[in-house]
Amino acid sequence: MRKLPDGLIAIVKRDCPTCRLIEPVLGELATDQIPFVVYTQDDPTFPATVPDVVADTSLEQSYQLNIEIVPTLIRVEEGREVERIVGWNRREWQEFTGLDDLGKGLPDYRPGCGSKSVEPGISEELAARFGRARLKARQIDLAPLEDEIEACFERGWTDGLPVVPPTTTRVLRMLTGTSRTPEEIVGIIPPNNVECTVEKVAINAVMAGCKPEYLPVVLAAVEAACLEEFCMQGVLATTYFSAPVIIVNGPIAKAIGMNSGINALGQGNRANATIGRALQLVIRNIGGGEPGGIDRATLGNPGKYTFCFAEREHNTSWESLAVQRGFGPNVSTVTLFAGDGVQAVMDQISRTPESLARSLAASLRSVAHPKLTLADALLVVSPEHSRVFEEAGWSKQRLYRELMALLRIPSGDMVRGAHGIAEGIPKERISDQALISKFRPGGLHIVRAGGNAGLFSAIIGGWAASGPRGSQPVTKEIRL
Amino acid sequence: MTDKRTLLDPTAEHAPARRERVTRPISLEGLTFGLLDISKDRSDIFLDQVETQLVERGLTVRRYQKPTFARIAPTELKQRIVVECDVVIEALAD
Repeated sequence: MRKLPDGLIAIVKRDCPTCRLIEPVLGELATDQIPFVVYTQDDPTFPATVPDVVADTSLEQSYQLNIEIVPTLIRVEEGREVERIVGWNRREWQEFTGLDDLGKGLPDYRPGCGSKSVEPGISEELAARFGRARLKARQIDLAPLEDEIEACFERGWTDGLPVVPPTTTRVLRMLTGTSRTPEEIVGIIPPNNVECTVEKVAINAVMAGCKPEYLPVVLAAVEAACLEEFCMQGVLATTYFSAPVIIVNGPIAKAIGMNSGINALGQGNRANATIGRALQLVIRNIGGGEPGGIDRATLGNPGKYTFCFAEREHNTSWESLAVQRGFGPNVSTVTLFAGDGVQAVMDQISRTPESLARSLAASLRSVAHPKLTLADALLVVSPEHSRVFEEAGWSKQRLYRELMALLRIPSGDMVRGAHGIAEGIPKERISDQALISKFRPGGLHIVRAGGNAGLFSAIIGGWAASGPRGSQPVTKEIRL
Repeated sequence: MTDKRTLLDPTAEHAPARRERVTRPISLEGLTFGLLDISKDRSDIFLDQVETQLVERGLTVRRYQKPTFARIAPTELKQRIVVECDVVIEALAD
């Protein structure tokens, strides 16, 4: 802690009516024997009653003294602050200074104004400029004519779209979104298995375009991606299409304005778009997972830029994915599913749950290949489709059971060579089974999302190595 | 508010902060050379010599020229060189 000059320090600004009101008081203090320093935040000619006003237009002193309100009066003894008062309260100021007549004739009380050092967006600028170094990341100075966004492209830090340049101020602002310390380890990021701190996640969240309030969701998604069961290394390295699909449940989805409604799987919502992108940037930049490097996808899928949405939990009798996975309804979670693109299911005619379930089952058969059983699936049921089930009293669990039963397929249709298609299940794996299950037990996941209108649902196929031999969905609680 | 522009490294910091050059080819055999004349006087004389030596070694050579040395090469020219060549030699001679 630096040493302060003994005596009294006042911090004021001309813009504050209370500071202007007490201009004569400050003048009285300046003529008293007690050493007295006045810092002024906006206009060094204010207060005119004090001869040697110290300009604090950079706000360094205000930041270092942690000023929230002006006027603030501080007493310093032996180089250390011992006491402070804020605003104007005549009796308080008189007692504080020991001057019984101080401010005679002024009103008894006036509240102060906000300090310029705590105006919105300023505090992180000041922390970046004057604060003690909290951040550990290497600082990269740009050349005078270097464009910030082009600099990020050229250093290989982007997914092919522009990123927000990660300045210290922006990263400090991002870090206000979590109570975790910057140096806390979030996980070991594949494929290079690198320790990843909250600070590094925050840097990538800035680049992705996140708001600070999204950071807890990003951190939970990164934690989830690092779990052994999810097998992020394999999901990345595979020639298959897969990438993490993030499903957010619980109160945080609404609190941060995530989209679970119209175009839930599409573009246009900042939280959906940037949270999914932040996870991908963490894997690219920290984990070192780059396309053509460890990422060997033959075709990939557009969800590898970002794929994140919230489950539509309101106006429904269905349990949320998080509740089904053992969390309370008021707990916010992220679930990661290793998925590929979106396949449409159109059924505008079925009005009974039986008919609609058969429609969905018929479409689900084509995941990966109609004659293969390797991949999980995530079924996204729209509100108009879920209503058909809910009005008939079908819970999500009931729909799951019915679909699993409908997806017991005659083995003769699945065997290699059947229907003139060489692909299929090897005969020896079928042995004497009459029916083959399309999905492993627990391999079909159901969520509800989408706009009010449209008798459509969506299938997101899983990785061809779904389940314990490859990737299983994982859920993590979001900690603020 | 700040004069110096600084970014925080988003990577695991395993690579040096300075950008690395493209890896040099291990062997020149079978590669196509682009000789880029930047349009300064006598660049062509220097490049003619280079071409002669490369051709003597059985290498393929293509010649290119910038419209003016005073400006960076037009994008179209850079793209043509990238598509047609494996290696480029840019001559600065006065």
